[in-house]
Formats: sequence, structure tokens, C-alpha cells
Amino acid sequence: MTYTAPFRLPQGGRLIDRAFQIPFRFDGRHLRGLEGDTLASAMLANGQMLMGRSFKYHRPRGPIASGAEEPNALFGLGQGGRFEPNQRATTTTLLPGMVLGSQNCWPSLDADIGAVNNWLSPMFPAGFYYKTFMHPRPFWKHVFEPIIRRSAGLGRAPTDPDPDRYEQAYAFADVVVVGGGIAGLQAAKQAADQGQRVIVLGQSPIWGGRTPVDHKGGAAVVNALVADLERRENVTMRRNTMATGLYDHGYLIAREALADHDPNQGIPRQRLWRIRTQQVVTATGALERPLAFACNDVPGVMLASAVRDFIVNYGVAPGKRIVVVTNNDDAYRTALIAHDSGLEVAAVIDARPTADSELAQAVRAANIPVLTDTGIAKVKGGRHVDGVVLCRQQGDGQQIGTLDCDVVAMSGGWSPVVHLWSHCGGKLLWDEAEAMFRPNPERPPLGADGQGNVTAVGAANGDLRAAGDLERRELPTMPVWVMPQNAPYKLRAKMWLDFQNDVKVSDVQLAAREGYASVEHTKRYTTLGMATDQGKVSNINGLAILSNALSQPIPATGTTTFRPPYTPVTLATIAADARGDAFQPLRKTPMHAWHEAHGASWEPVGHWRRPYCYPQAGEDRDKAVNREILAVRRSVGTLDASTLGKIIVKGPDAGKLLDMLYTNMMSTLPVGKCRYGLMCSENGFLMDDGVVARLSDDTWLCHTTTGGADRIHGHMEDWLQCEWWDWQVYTANLTEQYAQIAVAGPKARELLQRLGGDIDLSQEALPFMTWAEGQIGGIPARIYRISFSGELSYEIAVPAGRGLELWEKLHEAGRDLNITPYGTEAMHVMRAEKGFIMIGDETDGTIIPQDLGLGWAISKKKQDYIGKRAQSRSFMKQRSRWQLVGLESLDKRIIPDGALAVDEGTNANGQRKTQGRVTSSYYSPTLDRPIAMALVRHGPDRMGQELEFPMPSGEVLKGRIVDPVFYDKEGSRLNG
Amino acid sequence: MADALATITRAENLGMVTIRADFARAGDAIAEAVGLALPDVTRITTDDSRSLGWMSPDELLLILPVSETAGAIAALEQALTGEHSLVVNVSDARAVFDVVGPHATDVLAKLSPVDFVELPQDGLRRTRAAQTAAAIWRIDGGFRLIGFRSTADYLGLILNNATLAGSQLAPR
Amino acid sequence: MLILTCPYCGVAAEETELAPGGEAHLKRVGPDGDDQQFEAYMFDRKNEKGVHFERWRHAYGCGKWFLAARDTNTLQVYGTYRAQTPHPTDDIVAAIRKVSPDWNPDWTRAE
Repeated sequence: MTYTAPFRLPQGGRLIDRAFQIPFRFDGRHLRGLEGDTLASAMLANGQMLMGRSFKYHRPRGPIASGAEEPNALFGLGQGGRFEPNQRATTTTLLPGMVLGSQNCWPSLDADIGAVNNWLSPMFPAGFYYKTFMHPRPFWKHVFEPIIRRSAGLGRAPTDPDPDRYEQAYAFADVVVVGGGIAGLQAAKQAADQGQRVIVLGQSPIWGGRTPVDHKGGAAVVNALVADLERRENVTMRRNTMATGLYDHGYLIAREALADHDPNQGIPRQRLWRIRTQQVVTATGALERPLAFACNDVPGVMLASAVRDFIVNYGVAPGKRIVVVTNNDDAYRTALIAHDSGLEVAAVIDARPTADSELAQAVRAANIPVLTDTGIAKVKGGRHVDGVVLCRQQGDGQQIGTLDCDVVAMSGGWSPVVHLWSHCGGKLLWDEAEAMFRPNPERPPLGADGQGNVTAVGAANGDLRAAGDLERRELPTMPVWVMPQNAPYKLRAKMWLDFQNDVKVSDVQLAAREGYASVEHTKRYTTLGMATDQGKVSNINGLAILSNALSQPIPATGTTTFRPPYTPVTLATIAADARGDAFQPLRKTPMHAWHEAHGASWEPVGHWRRPYCYPQAGEDRDKAVNREILAVRRSVGTLDASTLGKIIVKGPDAGKLLDMLYTNMMSTLPVGKCRYGLMCSENGFLMDDGVVARLSDDTWLCHTTTGGADRIHGHMEDWLQCEWWDWQVYTANLTEQYAQIAVAGPKARELLQRLGGDIDLSQEALPFMTWAEGQIGGIPARIYRISFSGELSYEIAVPAGRGLELWEKLHEAGRDLNITPYGTEAMHVMRAEKGFIMIGDETDGTIIPQDLGLGWAISKKKQDYIGKRAQSRSFMKQRSRWQLVGLESLDKRIIPDGALAVDEGTNANGQRKTQGRVTSSYYSPTLDRPIAMALVRHGPDRMGQELEFPMPSGEVLKGRIVDPVFYDKEGSRLNG
Repeated sequence: MADALATITRAENLGMVTIRADFARAGDAIAEAVGLALPDVTRITTDDSRSLGWMSPDELLLILPVSETAGAIAALEQALTGEHSLVVNVSDARAVFDVVGPHATDVLAKLSPVDFVELPQDGLRRTRAAQTAAAIWRIDGGFRLIGFRSTADYLGLILNNATLAGSQLAPR
Repeated sequence: MLILTCPYCGVAAEETELAPGGEAHLKRVGPDGDDQQFEAYMFDRKNEKGVHFERWRHAYGCGKWFLAARDTNTLQVYGTYRAQTPHPTDDIVAAIRKVSPDWNPDWTRAE
């Protein structure tokens, strides 16, 4: 098929290949572009200037830029899981079969009903929402909020899972050069020549930045530099990579597009780079500023640089008759390039009183009229530029003539891209001559050594001529913030600053009149700079308007804060590989696969997964738990206790250390015995508990809770290293070295004896709270006679690699005993039946052992332990602290965990006063009734009293205060 | 289709012993007992079958064939008699992976905030691999990584994900 | 994200390899302390904008606690030193004074 497109120039277009046509679909229409096109250039070539609708007034929008700053030409791209909203047409490479949809319009881009907002725009000035949706109050929730929510947000979020892979990687460098333009390449060469390890990041697929467009011999210079750099071992050249943020100590984040152009090739689509570098060179260029004249938002009004980019890079004419309007010399390049490409240039309108630079002379020589001290009073046209009305720049907008045209190429000067420089604390200064903020070389961001670690070069440093014809001298830019200078309100209300969010000169001026003197406040009040381009196009113009309205110089107003990311980063790249099974490390015990094979219903405990219970066919979780409990109480069960922390503490001073860490005395524990211990924080609160075994004269083994292993080991090392570093103690966290199995129930001893071994398990040889070492079933083991269920119970620790073997041997040997694996919930219920506390249930970081009736586990003899001083504070000693009791439900209903017991009267907020809360609550199959534990004011002194627990439903549950030990108070079952 | 960046293999049958002591006093005795020179700070010494890694100013890790573990522990305890020290078997607490292949460095660069290009030939780096602790040193053709046993599946998964064919880090 | 060099193993570790431990050089108040002393030990923190001494553990590394002197405003690191050091070392003080000549230690050296 022969290629024809109405606005494709007959020649030119350094980035396109006319031999390869690319079909794509836009809002259902079939169109064709060329290889190398961006979406924007392909659409413009087809004469499709209308590319979007503004957010607030739904005004028609065309592209104004050619790069990452584009605020208008945004599309929903792709389908299904690959759908992405708000993709910039100017930076998205056209691919075969691309499907793009327009946003923020209904039913179509051409006939958008929301455009009615445009006619109503006088009713929606800055702060409209703040002023309007205040009264009457009930309207907010039921009327205003639903309406605002429906119209909020630009584009829609994808709903399907993203099918592509993303990854992250770390890189290290002496120098990272951000920017692939001439200044960046030169800086890279300089650093490379000094032997530095250099990474160069270029945001686009091609090197060179503006130079190949703005400089006649530019492409050759760039190519030579790139070829030189690519040859070097110490230089990494990375294209398609956007540096999005710079953080502390030279930490630079960049996003590399690897397969955006072809996600099906099986490699990661994007990669997030985490780069550490000694120095950063920002060669990020500059962004051109729009001019504020009336109706500067009509499609066809574009930045002058974008107009010539489309012509030179893509061979696309944004229009056929162009008017250039400027306050500087640079825009004259657009006139020359358009003219050389065979397009008609109606005039260059220059706001400055004179224009006689070499560029201006060249334009005049091409017979293009140059009109000085002239401005645009108004753009004519609705969905497309039809012409401009001219006026004196120094005047108030009185018409002095008109020009027909279909494109207005505007330039309000340039602003260096200072984002990365500013992210980590670099300061800016106002350059009066060029009317711009640029990096203050005296105040760069600082590295760890206190020295500056960022250098700005080229246009990013304010050297705006860096990319252009260096031989042509240019005259200064004249600041023009409003065109014409004395424009009346009627014109100012049509001068757009933020094109996406519909913020106009009049809005910023209104904000100033209403007292918004701070630029940050004005931003939020007007939404200036809050669009997807984050103020790249609007920021400087807006704060200049604000400064004028406040009658203060621009630097006194300052800029809003530049925050990362420079351009949006997808959530998929931030998550990268951490999704699915790799979302976070899932810790598995040696018996994990067995549990899985036997139908375990899992409970997450920290990063571990522990079986909550093992439901059998036809059982729900409750039934399974009840069955498991009764099996243990009647015969024997096994619990995988491998997740419990196991920390070895050894040395001449180990006993002394443990006496400080635990509230009770551990140094006096005889070898061969076990003791239950409590650990408190220095603030007095209970933080962990567990059984300590004394292994030898100088060695103890401390069990911690499952969640506490790493934390408690860290706690021990903290005190050892930082406070008592002269004590001779070594610790080692052996949690993962051992598999540990609790074998509990009246038949536990019988079962273990069947396995055979050299450990005497009899009551006499291995009484409660002792341990023994040897082998069982041929496996080396340490057996602890400890019980968390109240039953005869042994915990057997074996090398982790043999845990499954022991577990299977137990189940094989105990088949006729109805041996039953039990999970964490059965464990919880059984400990509650016994009135044993659980860290995290009965404790919440504000509970001291004394609250839980654990005074017996606090040594009175010890001078000191961690938490002792805190527990002597008056508040800790108050008798009215809520204390642990048992709770008996009066109507056989389970009182929910966390339920509050109400007291007489109300507090200052009119809420019922409370006197306690439920900390654990279960159905006990052993007792066939609900049991609960609670913390209650004066609880232990109030046995038999009833408490009321109002439910959200309005009904009130009742409970009676009882002893927290519900089952086998005498402990007769402990010995089997 | 291109090849995976590296081959990930789970190394089995390795014994490991944690040794904590004051090296200034007991270093020579340890070296003699295990038959390897004491490693410098953040280094690892090795012979054909055993390695001795520096883990901390008062901690070493001996890696050896699992069958030699009990003997090595006995020898160490003997050598450290009367010395405040801790010798403990951690063979079962660990999962060990070998990352071998032309782009092994790229695989690790995706997981750890460490410049492995600069890792000395006898360097041992303790760090994290994605979200879990790891120690990494060089072996023939790549690296050996040890992590915790409980996270073996996670480590295997993230290592294999990082080897995705075509995902080498060199600019394309 | 900070980089701090562990004084024990010499590794320049990034923040994700470290665990923070709050202000450094606190002196423990035990059972003998009065309420005011204990409150100060437990809760009073300087929270400086500027020169700050803090505890870090090389958690994903050699496991040792160390101390860092840094400026919370400029992010400059004046140095790291071992946790068993009762006061910042002379080197650290010199490094701070090089940048802030008016800065004075708020401790007195017990030689």
C-alpha cells in the first residue's frame, strides 16, 4: 500500500524510516504511521491535532510539546492487563497494532458532553470546590462527594493483573551522567578520560538531545562522541532510561524500558535501577515555556521547539501556515526550519522592542516578516487554530491586525531542568538575564563527605546555547509573563498556565487576592502544577504571575518543591519481582511439605506459615480444631514447634546476663532443668516469654516466641555489645538448626518409648521441667519435659534435616493411639484452658507481668533486671490497673476477642466508660463451653461478679469473672 | 531463545560450624584445629574441601564436608579448652546455592545492594538477597550464596527469577 | 538512603543492610535512679537538626552495633565508631568542627 498522510512532509525526518509503515488504531479508526514515529508524530501526520480534553473544562487539547513534559496528549494504551492510562503520546514509540483510546471525554473526543463545563467555566474559578461544597453539611457525603469522586482522576486504572515481568538491579559508578545530549556526552567523555567508572543515562532511544535538531552539524558531532564512549570499557551507555529521583548519599533511581516496544519477547518489560554513585552530572537540558496569551490552549498552539522537532525528527508538519511568537532568539530557528521545509511562515511575532540578532536577520533574509513589540491578543479558532489577533505587547490588547494560520509556535524562554539537582537539597538561584531558575553552584546537594556530589552542565546549568549553533550569538530573553502586558481580565481569564488542569492567569491572580501568598498554598488552591506533568510546563509562568500579583520579585516567591519521580514510574517496576510467591520470604519448617500434604489450613506467623489446623473431609476449621484438642486430651498429638526461637547463650557471665534479661533468676537454674521466663523491655512492658534450659555449667538455651526469635537475639546482642560489653558471653541463634516437635497427651510417653532410644523418659528420670539428651528412633535429640497444653508433654529437638523423619516415625508408631497432628489454634485453646498467657494476645506492649498475675515469675531478690526500674513507676504500681482474670460466658455465647466491658457513666465524649477487655476467647471442646481471658479493673478481687459487653449490634453479652485456670487446676495431667 | 544468565544449584552435604572466640587469643588454635589459615576481615580462606569465613570480629564460619563436622567440632572444642568460646553446629540451619555462569554477577546484582565486581577473589560479603539475609563468596565460575534453611524455597525462586534468559544487565 | 561504614568490618553498608537504634550515648538508669533521671533516660531525646549521634546495627552483615556521627540536615557523615566508645572520638569532634567551628561537645571528658 502506498503511504500517504496529509501532514507528512515529502522529505526529512531523521528518526523515521519511510520504508516501514505501521498500522495502529485510535478510537476505533485505522491509521498508519512510520517506523520511528512517536504516537504524537504519527497522529499529527494524519492531521489528528485533537488528542485529548482538559481535565476540568473538557476543552479540546492538542499536543504542545514533543517530550516528557507533554500535559495534553495522553492516552489509555493497550488492552487488558497491559492497559496503561495517561501515556504521553510524545514519548511513546509507535508500534504495529497499537490500540489507543482518548481519555476524559464521553461519548467521544469530538463530541464530549463534559465540555458543557467549558461554557460554565466562569462559575468554576480557583478554589471553587473549597467554596462551594461546604453547605449544607449533610450534602457532602450524599451529594457532593459521590459526584466529585465520579469525575475525579484522569484516565482509568487497569483492572487485570499485569502479565509482564519487571525487575530491579543495583549498579555502582564513580560518575553517573544523566542526560544523553551534547552536554552529557561531553561530561561523560571528560570523566571517562580520567579513568572513572561512568554510567550515562539517556531518556530516549536516541542520543543527542536537542543538538541534532538545533545545530546543523549536530548529528555528526553527537555520533562521533557516542562512538567514542561506547568503545570504552569504563563507560556504560544506557538508553531508554529515565533517571527519576536522586536521594541521600548518591542514590539514584532510574527506570529502563527494556521491552515496552515488544512485551512478548519474554524479557523484563522494565527495570528499576538503584544506582550508587560518587558524583552525578545532571545534563538534563531545559524545557521551553509557553507564553500566556488569550486562548493559548487551542489545539495548534505549540511550543516552538516542538514544532521544529516534529519537522526535523519525523518529517511531520504540525500545520501548513505557521506563526511564531516569542520573547527570545531561539524560536527564530523554528521559523527557519519550517521555511526550509517548504512550510509557510506567516510572521515571527517578537514581544521585544528590537530583534536584530543573526538568527533574526536570517529570518528576515528569508522574507519572513518580523513584527517587534508585538504580541498575540487572542487566538482564533475552537478545535483548531484559525488565526491570531495581533496587538502591541506594551498595550492592553487592542487589535492592530490579524494573521491567518493553523499553528502558533510559541516560546516564552527556557527553564533548566533542575529536578534531580533539587531532589536532594540542591538550591537554585534566579538568573535575571535569562529569566530562569538555575542551579546555584555554591549550594549543591551534599554527599556523605559533606562535599557537593552533583554538577549541572549544559542547558540544565542555564547554558541555554549549549545545544544550538554555537557560532550564532543570541540576544537575551525578555521576560514576558502576560501577553499583552496590560491585558484586561477578559483576556487573562483565557490565558492558560496549566493546560491539563485548566488553571489560568486569572486563577492565580485570584488566589493571590484571596491571600494565598505562599507558592505551595497557591499550587494546592488552584491545582497549578498538580497535573500529570507536575508543573513542568506551568510552574515558572505560574509563580511569575503570583510574584507580580504579590508585587514581589520572583526569587522571593520561590519554587514549589521538586519531588521525585521526574516522570511517573509504574507500580509494577517498584514491586518488580516481589509478587506472587516472591512477594516476601515465606519461611517453611522442615515438616512444611508434610503439613501441606495433610491438608493444613495455614496461619501466617511472622514470615512463617504454621498449620492452624488440619481439616479432614467434611470438616470446617472449628470442627478440626475441636477434634485435634480432644485427641490430645484423650490420647496424643504432635505440634510442629520448629518455629520457636532457640538461642544459645554461653560464657562465664551468661548467667549474669540472663538474670538481667529475664525478670526471674536464671543463674540459679540447675544443669538439666528448665524454667519459664519472662522478658520485659526497659520500659517495663512484657515483650517475650519462653522456657530456658540450662545445658551445662556455662551454657543456657533460651526459647523465644515464634515471632520473637530474631528480635530477642538482637535484643541480647544489643545489651551485650553496647552496655555490658565487658561481660564474657557469646550468643548464637540456632532457631533454624533444629526441628522441634511437641508430643502431648496422656499417651505421649508410651508413644515415645515405642520409638526406642537411649533416653529414659520415665517420670523419675525425666520429671516435669527437665531435659535430657541422647537419641530417639536413631535420631540425635534433646528432649524437654515442658508443657503448654497442660498434658504430659515432651518437646523433642532434632537436627532440622531429620525433623521430617522423626515426625513420620511418630505418626507411624502412634497410628493405633489415634495420633493426631494439631495446629496453632488447638495449641491456643489448650493453653487458654490452662490459663497460660500468650504474647500478643494477653500482651499488647502496654502490659507488665504484674498485670497478668505473673508476679511469681519476677525475682524479688534481684537488684536489677531490664524493666525493673520502669515497673516501679507509680502508674505501674496502681492497684486499679486492669488485671488478668478468667471469664465465663453467661449465655453459652463466645464473647468476641477485644470486646470491652462497660462501666457506669460516660466519658467526656459521651461514650460509655470501660473497665476491661477480652484478650482471648474460645470454645473449649474439653469443657464444652466458651472460655475467655480478660483484663479487668480490680479483676482478681472481683471473682463471681458479672460484666456487660455491648456488641455493635446493640445486644449485650454477659460474662462472670472467674479464675483464669479452667482445666485441671491441680496439674494432675502433667505427669500422664 | 537465549540461555539463562546462570545455573542455580542447591549445594548439599555441607557441614557448617559457627565459631565464636577472641581471635587475638585463640586464632592460632582455631586455625590449627581446622587446618586453614585464619581469614582476614571480610575474607574467606579455603583449601580443596574446607573453607573458613570471617563473619564478624568474633565469629567464623567453617564450611566442610558434612561427614567431617563432628570431628571438626570435637577438634575445635579440644583446641579451645579453657578459652571463652562457642563452637556450634549450624549445618542444618542453612541453605546453600551455587550461582555459576557467564552472567552470575548480573544475577546477584538484581538481589543485593553490593558491587560484586569489586568483591575480592577471597572476599566474603554478608548482605541481603532481596528480603532475606545471605553471605556470598566466589567459587569457580561464579558465587556461592548461603541463606537460612527456612527461606530455601524463596531463595531458589528469586535466584532463578533473576537468571531469566535475555535479562543480562549489559546495555542493549 | 544513607550509606554508613561499619567500623568493625569496614563494609560501606546501605541503609537496608542496617537496623537503626536511636540516639547514642544514653546512660542507663537502673533501679537506683529517681523518676526524673529515669524519665530522661527512657524518653528525653535530642532530635537534633544538625549534628547527631546515633546507634546502628550492621544487621545484614557482621551483626555488630556501632555509632554514627552525622548531620541530620546536610546528611554529612562525620564518622562511625564502635559502640563501646563512651563519647565521640577526637577525630569525630575534629571532623564536626571543621564544618561547624562553633559546635561544642555537650559532654565533659572523664579522662
